[in-house]
Amino acid sequence: MTDLTDLGIADIRNGVRAGTFSAREVASAFNANVASAKALNAFLIDTPEHALAAADAIDAKRAAGDDLPIMAGVPIGMKDLFCTVGVEARAASEILNGFKPTYESTVSQKLWDAGAGMLGKLNMDQFAMGSSNETSAFGNVISPWRRNDGGNAPLAPGGSSGGSSAAIAARLCPAATGTDTGGSIRQPAAFTGISGIKPTYGRCSRWGVIAFASSLDQAGPMARDVRDCAIMLEAMSGFDPKDATSLDLPVPNWEAGLSGDLKGKRVGIPKEYRMDGMNADVAAVWEQGTQWLRDAGAEIVEVSLPHTRYALPAYYIIAPAEASSNLARYDGVRYGQRTLPDGAGLQDMYAATRAAGFGGEVKRRIMIGTYVLSAGFYDAYYTQAQKVRALIARDFAQVWEHCDVLLAPTAPSAAFGLGENSDDPIAMYLNDVFAVPASLAGLPAMSVPGGLDSQGLPLGLQIIGKPLDEQGVLNAGLAIEERAGFTARPDKWW
Amino acid sequence: MTESTYRIQGATGEWEVVIGLEVHAQVTSHAKLFSGASTTFGAEPNAQVSLVDAAMPGMLPVPNGECVRQAVRTGMALNAQINRYSRFDRKNYFYADLPQGYQISQLYHPIVGEGGIEISLDEKNPDAQTKTIGIERLHLEQDAGKLMHDQHPTMSYVDLNRCGVALMEIVSRPDMRSPAEAGAYLKKLRTILRYVGSCDGNMEEGSMRADVNVSVRRPGDAFGTRTETKNVNSVRYVMATIEHEANRQVDVLESGGSIVQETRLYDPDKNETRSMRSKEDAHDYRYFPDPDLLPLELDDAFLDACKASLPELPDAKRKRYESELGLSAYNAAVLTAEAETARWFEALLDECAKAQGKPEAEVAKGAANWLLSELYGALNRMGRSIDDSPVSPAAGAELIALVADGTISGTIAKQVFEIMLETGDGAGKIVEERGLKQTSDTGAIEAAIAKVLADNADKVEQYRGGKEALFGFFVGQTMKAMQGKANPQLVNEQLKKMLN
Amino acid sequence: MSVDSKTVKKIANLARIAMTDAEVEAMVPEFNGILGWVEQLGEVDVTGVEPMTAVIPNSLRLREDVVTDGDIRDKVLANAPAAEHGFFGVPKVIE
Ligand SMILES: [Mg+2]
Ligand SMILES: [Zn+2]
Repeated sequence: MTDLTDLGIADIRNGVRAGTFSAREVASAFNANVASAKALNAFLIDTPEHALAAADAIDAKRAAGDDLPIMAGVPIGMKDLFCTVGVEARAASEILNGFKPTYESTVSQKLWDAGAGMLGKLNMDQFAMGSSNETSAFGNVISPWRRNDGGNAPLAPGGSSGGSSAAIAARLCPAATGTDTGGSIRQPAAFTGISGIKPTYGRCSRWGVIAFASSLDQAGPMARDVRDCAIMLEAMSGFDPKDATSLDLPVPNWEAGLSGDLKGKRVGIPKEYRMDGMNADVAAVWEQGTQWLRDAGAEIVEVSLPHTRYALPAYYIIAPAEASSNLARYDGVRYGQRTLPDGAGLQDMYAATRAAGFGGEVKRRIMIGTYVLSAGFYDAYYTQAQKVRALIARDFAQVWEHCDVLLAPTAPSAAFGLGENSDDPIAMYLNDVFAVPASLAGLPAMSVPGGLDSQGLPLGLQIIGKPLDEQGVLNAGLAIEERAGFTARPDKWW
Repeated sequence: MTESTYRIQGATGEWEVVIGLEVHAQVTSHAKLFSGASTTFGAEPNAQVSLVDAAMPGMLPVPNGECVRQAVRTGMALNAQINRYSRFDRKNYFYADLPQGYQISQLYHPIVGEGGIEISLDEKNPDAQTKTIGIERLHLEQDAGKLMHDQHPTMSYVDLNRCGVALMEIVSRPDMRSPAEAGAYLKKLRTILRYVGSCDGNMEEGSMRADVNVSVRRPGDAFGTRTETKNVNSVRYVMATIEHEANRQVDVLESGGSIVQETRLYDPDKNETRSMRSKEDAHDYRYFPDPDLLPLELDDAFLDACKASLPELPDAKRKRYESELGLSAYNAAVLTAEAETARWFEALLDECAKAQGKPEAEVAKGAANWLLSELYGALNRMGRSIDDSPVSPAAGAELIALVADGTISGTIAKQVFEIMLETGDGAGKIVEERGLKQTSDTGAIEAAIAKVLADNADKVEQYRGGKEALFGFFVGQTMKAMQGKANPQLVNEQLKKMLN
Repeated sequence: MSVDSKTVKKIANLARIAMTDAEVEAMVPEFNGILGWVEQLGEVDVTGVEPMTAVIPNSLRLREDVVTDGDIRDKVLANAPAAEHGFFGVPKVIE
């Protein structure tokens, strides 16, 4: 019998539907993997009973002859940014220590309704601020991947959804939720050789997801292949009246629409993404990806996104500005940690609580965000950044007149070693240089594995699509997947 | 337009007061501005709080359409510019009554722009001393929660029931020049809000409160530095605040000091304002558009529906009462000052017209007089508002009709009304059962007069000798003898005949 | 624009994050580094460009005015570090 933990969403669901194995067997197998992989530090909290209860419910449904939903019997990992009833949700921050939501995020509820269960809460960069998982208050996640140099240098799983990416790559779960504010699904997916898609802004409800930057945050699935991403995205998406930015549109059946045949499609190659000093392996896999899409029947066109280089600095004004306000609610009054020095008044309590509760990167971004919104600086920074953002969105809108999707690298390099970038914030921020423009424009974008670099580490290819054209993105991703034949996986050392 | 002559006499000369008001009016709605929690007053602490109001992680605001509609209707009633495009902004600051760490408000693009209110300073003659006070803007925002400081020795308690309730902040231009103008403005604004139905105007429960901006200057000079006294919650206190604060500023300036732009608090017990130093630290609200909310765009259909739903407003109603109903300016002003009074009056008018089979214009004066003297007098005595008047408009109209058709006299009508108030019976029934019908029996009247004249022969003599003022005495005696039931006109005629 | 330790302190106070002098000093160069880097945005000609408001064309929906929430005090207070008699407790505030 195959190892159940090698199966993805579609195979598990199909197997459970067919009765090849029970949902409980699947949940048990993944629970065991989770329990034995503490060295990766991917899970902050294990919830084996949740996974088993969901599995039992599915097995009972099947026994009763009921139709089984699209993620029947699939146990998943849940990024710690999602609130789930009764399970501590901390956004990997001390400031939310002890916080047990009394409510269920819309996205997690949709997943449970689709037949999924929860293996546990996944580690991440604190409040989703980071690209390596090193900002977690509970220790960094260690990527299951290692370089082929024989050294055992611990590598970053990417971030902020690094617990999700590491857990999937290490077969601790077949899929996991991620959130993407400026690349936090795509970059970790690229670093760990898995797939992940950030849908159009507004597809997935933000209700019950701990906010980082509201105008950018989008949830999305991370999984082993494109089909699994399509299934899970379908489960997660849909209109939510509780989120004023939610799109009131029907959810397409993306799985049914999957096709790797790109005849009649045009793929744009944005020339500004070809940056000076680009990593040669990254350039090569991009070139290879272009060829695969041509092989799939697409016409390749070179296009221009002239404001690309301004995306990252605009992002590092807008996201911290929104975050500085979104994170003001962590004040030690209604939930989470309270630090009350002797004789402290209310305002002292706030300052002490936030000083003790937030990690360094979170403080840095709150400070920058506070500064750019402060009197006298608002227009020069925030308004200017929002204007540049409008130009970036306009660049994309103009490009769609010439092509259907864009192909670019996901990240400028493969996974780096833990600690390598952590003392230079800007070097760290540059990791998201290819991911951020699509975030600023709210566009659907996905990363699929393109191959390995010279160190044996995965490299991702990014497909960016038109608003609401997740299908086009998934199909281009599938066309690459079908040709890349990416089967590499990390050797188990944990 | 009237120029105010209100001046403060300082030691060094006259000072003029400049006043602007920022009124926070609670929008009449069932649910809060951005959450589905109830707005009802007086619930158990934290019982009317949603997870959104408590700013739980991941909670999101969704705007209440009724609050938007009420803001637009109010803007229309203030003759103000309605902005089809507006946005919600976040005003960031830390305080225990503000769970989000920001108030959702509207700074850059308010829903309502410039408008104005016409106030009158002479109640007896409302068309005389009028002045238009400019409205700068009206915007929607969230109310904050409440802190209680006296329940525990070392802690303050936080109740979030009010947190997130919709407020309209209505900002005037600094166009007022005296406490009286500010009082008239506030009353007029309250009247308009209550007509529109967008705010109940209940200042005791905090549904309406004013931030009072006051500065002083030498007449004709540029504006001086202003202070802002927060959350003053009655018309009287607003006027007292201005008076006190203006005098304080004059004292400061005349003794060589300068005014500090600051936030102050009015203490009604001591009738003084004082600096609120606790709120003075680093006012930098870092306003920016709320990224959880999209721009608010209003279409024609929405605006048309708002317009169509507006009632006749107090000024228009007052003018119509004068021109169409022939009421005095004063009566028209009093009848229209409160929406409830006008509503009651119009119901009465309608019933009167039906009962007497005459057009409203012909019965209006009688109805107005009865309402303003008899009904108001009774309500005052009973300490009741017109909303819970013990008699209905129809009952009032029945009584008025009995006077109009001569069934009873005005004097008897007063008695009948008292009995109506006591028993709840109708006027017709009371008159019938108690035999209070006015008599037009000339024989009986003649007999009564004859007896009065005979009993007062000395006075008859004096009258005939030229003391004509005694005529009233004979009328009174005759009416008394007839127990008030004689038709006064016939008594007059008959008396004249018999005396001359 | 370059910030000094006084500005960093002011910002830390606005953001209600207590910082030691050493932390403030350490943040000054980081702050300047990041600000210096984002200031390249000033190069972009934004004449006639409206700042981005909605990422994806979408209009604001309005809720019906019905009470659908509240009456959940236990849930509201469940995670509070100090809750008493149905209130949240905070250090005494002197107004
Ligand atoms: Mg104000
Ligand atoms: Zn206000």
